[in-house]
Order: sequence, then structure tokens, then C-alpha cells
Amino acid sequence: MFSRDNWDEILEALSANWFRTVLTAFGVLWGIFILVILLAAGKGLENGVKQGFGGMATNSMFMWTQVTSKPYKGLPKGRRYNFKIDDVAAIKREVPNMRFVSPRNQLGGFGGGNNVTRGLNTGAFNVYGDYPEIIQQEPMDITSGRFINYSDINDKRKVAVIGEGVRTTLYEPGEEVLGSYIKVSGVNFMVIGTYKKKGNNGNAEENQKQIYVPFTAFSQAFNMGNNVGWMAITAQDGSSITNLKGDVIEVIKTRHSIHPEDDRAVGNFDLFEEFNKINGLFVALKGVAYFVGILVLLSGIIGISNIMLIVVKERTNEIGVRRALGATPWAIRGQILMESIFLTIISGMAGIVLATGVIALVNKALSGMDTSEMMFLNPSVNLGVVITALAILIISGLLAGLIPAQNAIKIKPVDALRTE
Amino acid sequence: MIEIKDLHKSYKTGSNSLHVLKGINFNVAEGELVSIMGSSGSGKSTLLNILGMLDEADSGTYKLDGVPIKNLNEKIAARYRNKFLGFIFQSFNLINYKTALDNVALPLYYQGMKRKERIEKAMAYLDKVGLTPWAQHLPNELSGGQKQRVAIARALASDPKVLLADEPTGALDTKTSYEVMDLIQKINEEGRTILIVTHEHDIAEMTKRIVNLKDGLIIDDKKIDQVKALQHV
Repeated sequence: MFSRDNWDEILEALSANWFRTVLTAFGVLWGIFILVILLAAGKGLENGVKQGFGGMATNSMFMWTQVTSKPYKGLPKGRRYNFKIDDVAAIKREVPNMRFVSPRNQLGGFGGGNNVTRGLNTGAFNVYGDYPEIIQQEPMDITSGRFINYSDINDKRKVAVIGEGVRTTLYEPGEEVLGSYIKVSGVNFMVIGTYKKKGNNGNAEENQKQIYVPFTAFSQAFNMGNNVGWMAITAQDGSSITNLKGDVIEVIKTRHSIHPEDDRAVGNFDLFEEFNKINGLFVALKGVAYFVGILVLLSGIIGISNIMLIVVKERTNEIGVRRALGATPWAIRGQILMESIFLTIISGMAGIVLATGVIALVNKALSGMDTSEMMFLNPSVNLGVVITALAILIISGLLAGLIPAQNAIKIKPVDALRTE
Repeated sequence: MIEIKDLHKSYKTGSNSLHVLKGINFNVAEGELVSIMGSSGSGKSTLLNILGMLDEADSGTYKLDGVPIKNLNEKIAARYRNKFLGFIFQSFNLINYKTALDNVALPLYYQGMKRKERIEKAMAYLDKVGLTPWAQHLPNELSGGQKQRVAIARALASDPKVLLADEPTGALDTKTSYEVMDLIQKINEEGRTILIVTHEHDIAEMTKRIVNLKDGLIIDDKKIDQVKALQHV
């Protein structure tokens, strides 16, 4: 089937009318070009948006206290309560498949006043009391020194890890940071490390202006007692936090005498759910890309089918001669099919090459820019997509050739050879 | 070589049925050079198509070299055509995007012969019809006579039992016609059976036997003294 003679036959037939062959091929080229570009653009958008998560542990939720909305066990509605440090252990104990349960306390926040000073420099920063696990939930690059560890927690050391944004506000360029002291709401903390966060989430700059101190030292220094401001909870890979969320809240409700049907007492934000929504969006986007791409491709294929019909008509006489000379129906059918598939694949390949060329150019242009703030990054198609596209091409080439080939063998040699 | 008994063929055109062949009985021995004559509509082309397995008879028997030709599916018909028959057409029917050599090699391609062998053999047949220098030319670079000689070489390439020629000189001027007939006579003298359909008397007289058809019946079948085409050239 793939002998040199066959190729010679196909090439001869296709090159007999170059201009028409090229025009026909363009339809398929254009279709596959659109398909690949759409998929790559979708991928670029996906990469850009997911960059925003900055490698965060997406199987996470955040939980904070709100005001109860139902009276329960003699307690009135409208009651305020606080998470306690014991809640953390209780959640870990009673809910399975928890990876991290990090209690957090916080100073400052949006619109907060200046709370951190160093010498003559002051600034308004978020100050977090945290456990060492938080770095796995909210990844950051430690640019110098180290992050908080369990010795800091156990000894309640007053140490701090500051963001690059904090450093530029409080320090002169080139000044030694590690070992220096900053004053947070009147309490001195020694700086033991600096960090830089990835991701943007729309407030890339704000993310660099944070200070992390050990949870225990924070509680002691700022009179938190056993109170916990909020929690960042990550489930183990393989079990979704969205499913476990209910159990976690259940534990909190029993421990704090909250009505089981009080939906407003425990505030939470489910990152996993949001992430899944976005993932779903991109699945849909990919579906649209395939749909549009394949439809455009289809019109190209109809073009090929159409031209093959004309070719068969034109070559009626030739086909008759071939059959008189001993060509079997399958030889004729095979040739028309091979011509159609060959034409489709060649033009499809050209389309893929063209599209990847355009993508390469876009990537080159993007690489010269700072893409961390952009919603578009590294548009690309993987080998799987290319193989899928090729499979689509081969199948469509077959489809395009099927009717013309069938027409070709319907031609009777007698009719084909009639000389008038 | 060819045995035909009581052959009938009719065509349906709309509600009318046209009875073209009304019982043909006809034998051709090996090595004969036969011309089939008749006015248009006499059924001579239909007969040739049936002989060439391009068309099937309604009734009657047809044996070619002892093999009954009956109820053929397309695949077997294609094989028989390739093995038993060589066709020569009035309008040459060369494939116009293939060189003379490739045209001649085409029946061998369908026999599944290897390319090198095929080209060698095709070249030998081109040489036989005196067109070696034109091997790499496309049909539209050849004159009518040369085209018909390429077609003859092609018909010979598969070494068939019978050559069927449908008005082989119909599109050629007299001089070229005689040249082509000279070639056909030479091929016949090598022992090959040839059937020619023609309506030109001078061409018919260059064969060894004339069969006259009229209204679907053989009205006359006689051996004649062959006129050598070479005398006229």
C-alpha cells in the first residue's frame, strides 16, 4: 500500500493541477491552524490564570468566626465567639485526611494604620502569627535567612520573616536585614529571613508586604491568649476539602455550642471549589476551541471532498482506461482515498507548522515582557493535541475521499471509454 | 481462441428496449487478424465491449482461451482483462500526465510487477513500436500516430492473448493509419490474435478476415487476401 509506485501515482495526480491542489489544501490548512491556535490561546489563558494561584495548595479552605444567628442551649443569637487553640487538635483528631490545619492570628489588614517601625521608618503591614506549615499552603521563596520553625514556636521566640516589600520600606538599599530588629505594635522582633511570594491574585504588591512571626510568640506578645483568628486548612491529596468542609465545621459547632443548623456562625472560603470552577471554565473553553476548530476544519474537508468529486469526474476517462488495463475496484478506490488522505495530511501538517510558528513568535514576544501581572502565559499545545489533530486529519481525509472513491468505482469502463 | 454462441444484448433507454445484438455466433482461432465491420448502430462496438469484458451479454456463451466468461465480479473481470486482453482505442486514451514509458508500464503495475522489471519490459515494447527516443515524453508532446503506437505498446505490455482495437485508425490521417496498420500486421505475424472494429474498407482489407455486422446479426464472414499496409506507405 505504501510502495514508491503508489506515492508516484498520488504525487503525479496531485501535481497535475498545482494551483487547484494548493487552493484546496488551504481550506484544511486554515481549519487546523484555527484549531491549534484556539487550543494554544486557551492554554495560554489557563497558564496565566493558574499562575495567579502561585502554587498555592489549592485543596484548601479558610475558616473564620462570625456572629451566631440562632439561639442554642440557652445561649442567645448574635453571640460572638473565638476559635481556640484546642480546636486545631480537635479537628486533626476528629476529621480524617487533614494535611495541614494551621491556626492564624493577624494584625493590621486592609486600611490599617502604621503598625511597624524601625528607627525613623514606619509602615502599615499585615502581621501574621503562624505555624511553619503555612509555607506549604502559601508558597513563598525565602530570599535570605530562613522561615519560622518549631523551635521558634516552642520557645515563643520573637522572630520575624519579612516580605521584600517590607524590606524596601524599612531598610536602605544594601542594608543588612538579618539580625536587625523591627518594632511591631511596640514589641521588638528580630528579622531572621526575607521572602518573595509568587502569584498575583490581583494584589501581588500587597503580598510582599507581610510579616510572619511564630504563632505562640504572636499570642503572647499581643495578648491573644488561646484565641485563634482564623484557620487555613488543607486536605490530603486525593480527598477534596469541599467534601470534608462539613465535618470540620461540625466539629467547631459542637465545641462552641452553636446550633447545628446555624449556617452563618462559621465563615469559610473554599479555595478548592473556586479552583475547580476555574478548571471547569478551561475545560469548557477547550471544548469550545475543539468545536469551533473542528467546524472550520470541516468546511476545509468538504472543500477537499468537493474537489475530489470534480477530480473523479474529470478523470472518468482515465479511470475507465485504468480499469480496462486491469485495475481492480479496490486499486481505484484506494488511489482516490490515498490522494484525499495525503492531501489532507500534508495541508494539515502545514497548518500545524504554521500555527506552532505563530505560537513560537507570540512566546518570543511574551518572553521579553514581565508576564507575572498578565492573564496570559506560555500559550502552547502539547504533543497529545498534535497527535489528536493528526488523527482528526486522517479520519477526515478518509471521510473526504469516501464518496468520491465510491463514485469512481461506480463508473463503468464502457461509459468511461465512450468516445463522443 | 474466442468462441461465441448465440449472444444477445439489449439496452434499456427509458421505456424502450433496444435490441443491439440478436444472436451472434462467432469463432476466432489463434493467430487470426479479424476486422469487424458495419455501419454505426450495427452493434460492432457493443460486441467488442462484450469481448473486452467491459460489458456483459444478456444471454449466450463466451469462452476466451477455453475459459468461460460469465458472471464476473469486477475484481475477476479486472484480472482477466489484465491477463487476456490488450485494448487499443480510437482516441488513444493515454494518461496525459504520465510519460510514454509510464503509460506502457501501467498494465504491468496492475500485475504487481516490480518497478525496475516493469520499466525494462515497457522499454522493450516501446522499442518494438520504434519510440525509444520518446520514452520520457508526455502524450501531448507526441503526434497522433506516435500516441497510437504508445497505446499499442501498452496493449502488448501485459502479453495478452487477444488484442482488441476499436477504430484504431479513426483519429489518424491515411498515411499514419497505414503505418499503424503495418505495425498491427507485424504484431499479428508474430502469432498474436487481433480483432479490429472499423468502418473503413481499406483498413478492413488489411486484415485476414472480414466479419460484417448489420442490425445485430452477422451477415457476412469471409477470409480475404490480406493487403500489406507497407505497399501504401
